[in-house]
Amino acid sequence: MDALYFLQHYWWALVALLGAILVFLLFVQGAQGLLLRTASSESEKDLVVKYAGHKWEITFTTLVTFGGAAFASFPLFYSTSFGGAYWLWICILLLFVIQAFSFEYRKDAGNIFGARTFEIFLFLNGTLGTFLLGVAVGTFFTGGAFTVDKVSITDAASPAISRWANGWHGLDALAEPMNLLLGVVVFLAARTLGLLYLLTKPDVGEFAAKCRRRLAVTAPAFVLTFVAFVVWMFLKTGYGVDPASGEIFAERFKYLHNMLHVWWIAVVFLLGVVLVLAGLAKHFLDKGTRTNFYMVGAGALLAVWAILLCAGFNDTAYYVSTVDVQDSLTLYNSSSSLFTLKVMAWVSIAIPFVIAYIVWMWRKMR
Amino acid sequence: MLLTTLVDLSRWQFAVTAMYHWLFVPLTLGLGFLIAFMETRYVMTGDEFWKRTTKFWMKLFAINFAMGVATGIILEFEFGTNWSNYSWFVGDIFGAPLAIEGIFAFFMESTFFAVMYFGWNKVSRKAHLVSTWLTAIGTNLSAVWILIANAWMQYPLGMEFNPDTARSEMTDFWAVVSSPVAINKFLHSVTNGYVLASVFVIAVSSWFLLRKREQTLARKSIRVASVFGIISLAVLIATGDGSAYNVAKVQPMKLAAMEGLYDGSEKAPLVAVGVLNPDKVPGPEGADEDPYLFEISFPSMLSYLATRQADGFVPGINDIIEGGYEFTDRQGNTYVEPSFYEKKARGTAAVTALADYQAAKEAGDTLAMGQAKAMLEQNFDYFGYHYVEEPEDLVPNVPLVFYAFHIMVALGMFFILLFVLFIVFEWKNLIVREKHKWLLWLGIISVPLVYICSQSGWIVAEVGRQPWTIQNLLPVNAAVSGVEPGNVLTTLVIFICLFTAMLGVEISIMLRQIKKGGE
Repeated sequence: MDALYFLQHYWWALVALLGAILVFLLFVQGAQGLLLRTASSESEKDLVVKYAGHKWEITFTTLVTFGGAAFASFPLFYSTSFGGAYWLWICILLLFVIQAFSFEYRKDAGNIFGARTFEIFLFLNGTLGTFLLGVAVGTFFTGGAFTVDKVSITDAASPAISRWANGWHGLDALAEPMNLLLGVVVFLAARTLGLLYLLTKPDVGEFAAKCRRRLAVTAPAFVLTFVAFVVWMFLKTGYGVDPASGEIFAERFKYLHNMLHVWWIAVVFLLGVVLVLAGLAKHFLDKGTRTNFYMVGAGALLAVWAILLCAGFNDTAYYVSTVDVQDSLTLYNSSSSLFTLKVMAWVSIAIPFVIAYIVWMWRKMR
Repeated sequence: MLLTTLVDLSRWQFAVTAMYHWLFVPLTLGLGFLIAFMETRYVMTGDEFWKRTTKFWMKLFAINFAMGVATGIILEFEFGTNWSNYSWFVGDIFGAPLAIEGIFAFFMESTFFAVMYFGWNKVSRKAHLVSTWLTAIGTNLSAVWILIANAWMQYPLGMEFNPDTARSEMTDFWAVVSSPVAINKFLHSVTNGYVLASVFVIAVSSWFLLRKREQTLARKSIRVASVFGIISLAVLIATGDGSAYNVAKVQPMKLAAMEGLYDGSEKAPLVAVGVLNPDKVPGPEGADEDPYLFEISFPSMLSYLATRQADGFVPGINDIIEGGYEFTDRQGNTYVEPSFYEKKARGTAAVTALADYQAAKEAGDTLAMGQAKAMLEQNFDYFGYHYVEEPEDLVPNVPLVFYAFHIMVALGMFFILLFVLFIVFEWKNLIVREKHKWLLWLGIISVPLVYICSQSGWIVAEVGRQPWTIQNLLPVNAAVSGVEPGNVLTTLVIFICLFTAMLGVEISIMLRQIKKGGE
């Protein structure tokens, strides 16, 4: 196998894995989203903030690293999507920025805006933030209105390589039903995980009953919308790429083909789905608490990883241009050079060490 | 016109974000180590006083840390949202340090920060101490990687241009990581953080002493901070000298702007204090004007700083535009510097060759591809000059860079005096016994001064390198995203409002926390 080909897939798998870990860690946002309604009393709010507040930095750092890894391994995606879908990314950015100081400042003496302001910030991050992240990820399947012309850099009057074809700059993603559906799925996944996470805490007290009532609605809604998205994805026409010529062409049931062609992705996906369903079934059968959260979390992680792998593997255009399909981004035309991917691959050997100390911290800070 | 407006707004947005970010990061860099020293004392002695002191400073660290994190993520996104051409043109090189920063440094600091801040009763005393040290090291490690990336933009090396992909690609990771500019920049920036944190600790402690509160905490904190500060300042000054030398070799226009030097000379003097003449402009129009209305200079000092020889030639702004002088670069190569117009012609030749290469590739003409590639390689060093229209466009904002540089140096000298005074007066027990309130007030008013000093340093580094995002290869007008200016104006206003509001809350909370004292 060609080294560049291997490394492009290796890095897509790693970036996808970071994205999948991020979805699991969005349980922090899921818990925050309970702040204004479910967690209505002061003690309930404090409880949510305390437990989400111990873990928010890991979620935040995963988002930052996801961005950094995408930049390093697929810079054309970074420049095309971030520079083109400007408003979509700026909105996500703002919704995460307001989270970063809210845990610390909410009840500090001297907070001139009052605790409520920061609770609203946390709520917005937990609801709208997760929804828009899902919308942005949805564009891996629905594409964007961009063009890419690398020769543009030779035009001093208008040198931008990537351009967005309309003035909405990414907000047009909100007009695509499939993106909206994925936004809802991610929001519901985060909330389901957030509720299960809070139920693992020993001092959650009477708030547990509220969480259970919410979960009785949220978890089935998550499963139903997730199934709807997956079915839609499998039935959807995707775009393949000929690695030799770079030509991009429409292919019916592309994502279903990807799943069937790369068998181990299907195994990962099925394992993820089984874990999610088993974890939720255990919860509703009233068996265990801590393991339910980890089962559903691990299941969501595996299912999302498989879906993201499906978006780029098996010669697939992962970011389709709705203006000119030949401008679409693939692992081959958007990646960093062989040298850089190699350097980064050596660096990635340290990732298990990083995961090890995060796990240590996680266990100690229960 | 639209492109100019877009570039200006994008520069403003990035500058505002970076300056706000740099309000919080230096304190994090330095306070992390100060806290680690204090907790080490606690673990070694078992004295609860040091635990209480550590916790007090740790709370201030956390208040500040949150804002550093919030503003930091915006910078990372803005490379893509506002500088998308840049992201493609050099993403192959610039992205790697950014990703490594995330994998190694950010996870380290965020993971161990959680243990440090919330884990007093959850891990052993030693595990907590290790976490505190790892938080401090993590914050400094993240500075390593982002400063490597920044230094590469000022002194690009370890790469080659690939005409097939129309971008620069990394060929030597070690050259990027071990760049002398990067090493010097890292040491200069982090020691700036250490000095800032030391002044901060001294100022808060001075306030306690004036109020006759927390006297032991304040005095011991002053001892730790003044020693840490003076050692850091020594490294800061040494690396400041290194910075000036590097700038002279890789960005001579920045050095000329720092000194308001329009016409170069041998035995060039270093301006200690000066007022620029606003009528002085580059080129023949400003030839009759003196660059300064008033100045006091050290003879030959600039030549020595820039060339390590008292009679070395230092080019001024006009020399750099006109060329024709002998120049020795950072690698020791000596050549006659081309004029702006020669560089522009070569830049245009390089860009035209790239277009020719792409056209030949489309047509399948391998011979023409080879010729175009050879032409591109021959002229690539001046690629970015194609986008620079007039010679004056090469000149950064001279007054801003000049005054920022001199304010930074003057305040640096002032901090030597400040640390020495606090060391002498504290160790001789004069501050409290003799009631030297003036020194305590001096400590307090040093807080705004140290922030001005720190921001001035970044103004010199970043405004001084304009118009380049990548020195000589990519100016700002070729690096910007293809969005309409109104979008950037809107986000700029949003960011300014948000940052300012949050800075207000941060300061308010910080002051209340200080008033509360140790618990």
